[in-house]
Amino acid sequence: MAAVAETLDAVQSVTESGYKWGFSTDIEMDIAPKGLSEDTIRLISARKNEPGWLLEWRLKAFALWQQMEEPEWAMVHHPPIDYQDVHYYAAPKQKPGPKSLDEVDPELLRTYEKLGIPLKERAILAGVEEEGGARPQVAVDAVFDSVSVATTFRETLAEAGVIFCPISEAVQKHPELVRKYLGSVVPVGDNFFAALNSAVFTDGSFVFIPKGVRCPMELSTYFRINARNTGQFERTLIIAEEGAYASYLEGCTAPQRDENQLHAAVVELVAMADAQIKYSTVQNWYPGDSEGRGGIYNFVTKRGACRGARSKISWTQVETGSAITWKYPSCILQGDDSVGEFYSVAVTANHQQADTGTKMIHIGKNTRSTIVSKGISAGHSNNTYRGLVRILPRADGARNFTQCDSLLIGDQCGAHTVPYIESRNPTAKLEHEATTSKIADDQLFYCRQRGLSQEDAVGLIVNGFCKDVLKELPMEFAVEAQKLLAVSLEGSVG
Amino acid sequence: MLEIKGLTATVDGKEILKGIDLVVPQGEVHAIMGPNGSGKSTLSYVLSGREGYEVTGGSATYDGQDLLALAPEERAAAGLFLAFQYPVELPGVGNANFMRTALNAVRRARGEPELDAVQFLKRARAELRRLSMADDMLKRNVNVGFSGGEKKRNEVLQMAILRPKLAILDETDSGLDIDALKIVAEGVNALRGPDFTAVVITHYQRLLDHIVPDRVHVLADGRIIRSGGPELAHALEAGGYASMIAEAA
Repeated sequence: MAAVAETLDAVQSVTESGYKWGFSTDIEMDIAPKGLSEDTIRLISARKNEPGWLLEWRLKAFALWQQMEEPEWAMVHHPPIDYQDVHYYAAPKQKPGPKSLDEVDPELLRTYEKLGIPLKERAILAGVEEEGGARPQVAVDAVFDSVSVATTFRETLAEAGVIFCPISEAVQKHPELVRKYLGSVVPVGDNFFAALNSAVFTDGSFVFIPKGVRCPMELSTYFRINARNTGQFERTLIIAEEGAYASYLEGCTAPQRDENQLHAAVVELVAMADAQIKYSTVQNWYPGDSEGRGGIYNFVTKRGACRGARSKISWTQVETGSAITWKYPSCILQGDDSVGEFYSVAVTANHQQADTGTKMIHIGKNTRSTIVSKGISAGHSNNTYRGLVRILPRADGARNFTQCDSLLIGDQCGAHTVPYIESRNPTAKLEHEATTSKIADDQLFYCRQRGLSQEDAVGLIVNGFCKDVLKELPMEFAVEAQKLLAVSLEGSVG
Repeated sequence: MLEIKGLTATVDGKEILKGIDLVVPQGEVHAIMGPNGSGKSTLSYVLSGREGYEVTGGSATYDGQDLLALAPEERAAAGLFLAFQYPVELPGVGNANFMRTALNAVRRARGEPELDAVQFLKRARAELRRLSMADDMLKRNVNVGFSGGEKKRNEVLQMAILRPKLAILDETDSGLDIDALKIVAEGVNALRGPDFTAVVITHYQRLLDHIVPDRVHVLADGRIIRSGGPELAHALEAGGYASMIAEAA
């Protein structure tokens, strides 16, 4: 983690100057009053100098949102959210942060240490302000020539014709693409949180891979400037034209502090014929303390459309953070012979709640989907897999394989599996396997007898349990994720 | 040297060990024989520190170190190895990864440098060859889908790689055919020497034809009722436990 993230953060610091966030530097204008109204949305849109169609789009989403109710079907519980008590437009530097590492939760710092994160990086992750309230800057490290890394990165992508930029920049530079695809997979009124996001999103990533291009590198949010502060209402749009390929990595294994409790992101993927998109997430937002105080509410809508024949969308996620995770990365398998995959590890400890899974909508012929979900619950947490496999009448020969495994640590936690299967085509084949197990005392003792500490033993057993998912992650991410799983479950046993 | 004095222990409130006295001098291999329910496995779990086995009296030291005061992993770091009667399956955990993690945990605890993957594989492959085991043993998940005999051989492989100073083999011979039995015995014999002390728990004489013990102890109803040389095992084989227990009573 350390070297890579440090490199990337340094790249971030170098490229930062080129990206103004669409914010005025005028301090009074950096933060909008609390609350959500048409005026707030007009303010956001104006600040970002958006074209009229986008403002209309936002207002439409807002109008729909106002008529919607917060969904209650998920197995999560939280006090009512006051949506009028949120700042929908705030420059990052206005958020009060700790003044030094001394003011940061020592538990958090201990975790950084375990993950092997360098000191100066810990400060950034913890949101420590530099004197005068400025955002912390990462010094350019002598270990590498960061300018050349940044330049090489941009040049390589540009040569390949790949567009990778903040979505606010794409709105300015590639409005035709944004207008064509934004909301085409997740419509503005899709659900309560997606509608909210559509109305108020501030930034996110935009990726466009032209026809026949295999993106020459893994695209990571690390690389994107200001990635650290776009978490709240992030909007991501990835388009792979015919025969194109992209692998996108989102998130970070280090636990990230964020003053915004409510997160509602939307991610849309579009894969045309023979295109492939691989989307990997490691989500480790602040989960709250051991008593369940604080922590992020993470309500995410992620959906990919396999529009063309033989296209493929693959979601891989490792979810360890947030107080509440509400997330169902889905695939709409429209093109014939298209493939959807969902590989998920969700860990809940203490009082965390996760309700996560996927939807595979089979529309085209011979469409195939694979779902592998590994839920791990510890402490007083609740972990629910909720998945829908829907086979529509035209989807001759559709196939789905689903495997849901739950691992319980301790006897105060819960694991729930809620599969929905709807088949309207007699030629479809669906398989569903589910298991629930506990980390057995004899497994722990066996490992400890061989010399492993209790915590290392839990880490080893949990990583073994998750292996089928972890192997889907890009190599360096997989190594980080393994460490993360062990750290997330520390103190859960014994 | 392993020294056990007046050791008593309960499981679920029931007294299983009723005062064990046993001394195994450095470099010796001792056999413990006894009928079912005599407390053989309980003794091995008490010595290795398994939860649920409550020591109610007595002591157990290894080289003067109080074993009973240590956590299981600390006992492992001190050089204690238990070959399990029923080796445990770890789904998704590769055998090589497991053994390297264990070996490095023990080396770290002892202040020794850890082995990298290449160094480890070299060592593991050498042991595999010596024990006539296939290389794929390292790639498979720990004991998952192993036959009974393979699980026992895997225990011996782990022992060979971890090179303990004090090994307790809990009925490692049960369920083995004669070829596997020889491999297990060779694994133990290869480690024999001044720095290797072992307690071999078994029901049967036949293992002791291959691992000739320095001493044989008979355990019955939580106590050692007789001790002797290797010939004691032959006497047991001929006369059975019942007569010896009757004699001791």
